[in-house]
Amino acid sequence: MSSTPYRTPEPDSRSAATVGKSVRIVGQIFTKEDLYVDGDVEGTIESMENKVTIGPNGRVQASIRAREVIILGQVQGNVETSDKVDIRKDAKLVGDITTSRISIEDGALFKGSIDIKKPEPKVTTPPPQPIVSRSAPTPVPEPYSATTPGAGLSTAAINR
Amino acid sequence: MLTEKLLSIFRKDGDPFSNNAQLASLRAAVPTRSVTPAGPGRKPGRKDALTRQSRGLEQFFFNIRDVVGLSVLDCAGASQDNIDFLINLGHKVYAQDLVQNLDEAFGPDPEAQTNPSRIDYFLKQNFAYPPETLDGVLLWDSLQFMSPALLNATVDRLAEVMRPKAYLLAFFTATERVRDVPSNSFRIADNKTIVLTERGIRPAGQVFNNRNLEKLFGKFESVKFFLTRENLREVIVRR
Repeated sequence: MSSTPYRTPEPDSRSAATVGKSVRIVGQIFTKEDLYVDGDVEGTIESMENKVTIGPNGRVQASIRAREVIILGQVQGNVETSDKVDIRKDAKLVGDITTSRISIEDGALFKGSIDIKKPEPKVTTPPPQPIVSRSAPTPVPEPYSATTPGAGLSTAAINR
Repeated sequence: MLTEKLLSIFRKDGDPFSNNAQLASLRAAVPTRSVTPAGPGRKPGRKDALTRQSRGLEQFFFNIRDVVGLSVLDCAGASQDNIDFLINLGHKVYAQDLVQNLDEAFGPDPEAQTNPSRIDYFLKQNFAYPPETLDGVLLWDSLQFMSPALLNATVDRLAEVMRPKAYLLAFFTATERVRDVPSNSFRIADNKTIVLTERGIRPAGQVFNNRNLEKLFGKFESVKFFLTRENLREVIVRR
């Protein structure tokens, strides 16, 4: 029951590979870019870092592994994503889902199981430390002695 | 009196509704009819949603409280609300639309529901789970549209795929005659509130009285009934 307006995502030829309406593929698809399937695919689809969209004319009998999967057509097979599965109105999915997030619009048909996997926490790298030159170490100001004016001050302090 | 009698028909300990105060709150629960705002998935002509409390649902979640990682089958179809609710409780969700699958398997002819090969096909399509897989089953009103032959076969199959001590929730019309009854979609609002949206009228498979239901679930450990103001029996069954 998503409240987002129903829109058919248009394939972007610049950033997504496309399987057109009249195309039928039997076998394995591996891609390192987004994939839009509006034809028939039988086998497996894998695009672990990217988004796979099954268009309204798409008929897929395949397991799908991707970062994100959007279904507007028909899929028979298991779907595994690291991010999100989005099943739109009038879509049909028969298979098991493993994902972090799921969205199912009213009117979608789903039959299978949903297993939610919490996303793995990202490893944060510490910010890079400033590089300190060995030849010119940063002088550390020493305590100022009131009894001996000038004595104990580092060069840097004097130059300031 | 009838309500009290029905409420008292159970065999399980730990009933949360056994004291008078809770019984009074049950009687005071008045269903509210609210209009669901039109959304992208809302079909034209659908009736308004009815929000009401469900003692059966409350009992169901009471029984599986404090446990995570259960396998729960929701037969209301693909419902974002139900899936979100069950996932937030930490459970694995199995989903299917059993009423729609009835249509696909048997078509509009009620006689088809007596065909053994079709019944077998239906069970394989909808309950092909390994034995003792499910910890909870939300059947909603789907069972009441099955013919006696199909109903008995389905309940027998459910007994196989449910784990011991697992629970199922089912709704049956409490009318004394077999007639057409509304079919609803069910959305879980919270652990004791459901939102019903009518999705058509269907012939009930048979008359469902207490005796019939106890006989139907004879293989199960316990059966508990709640009678609602909508003349509906909410039934909690323990495997």
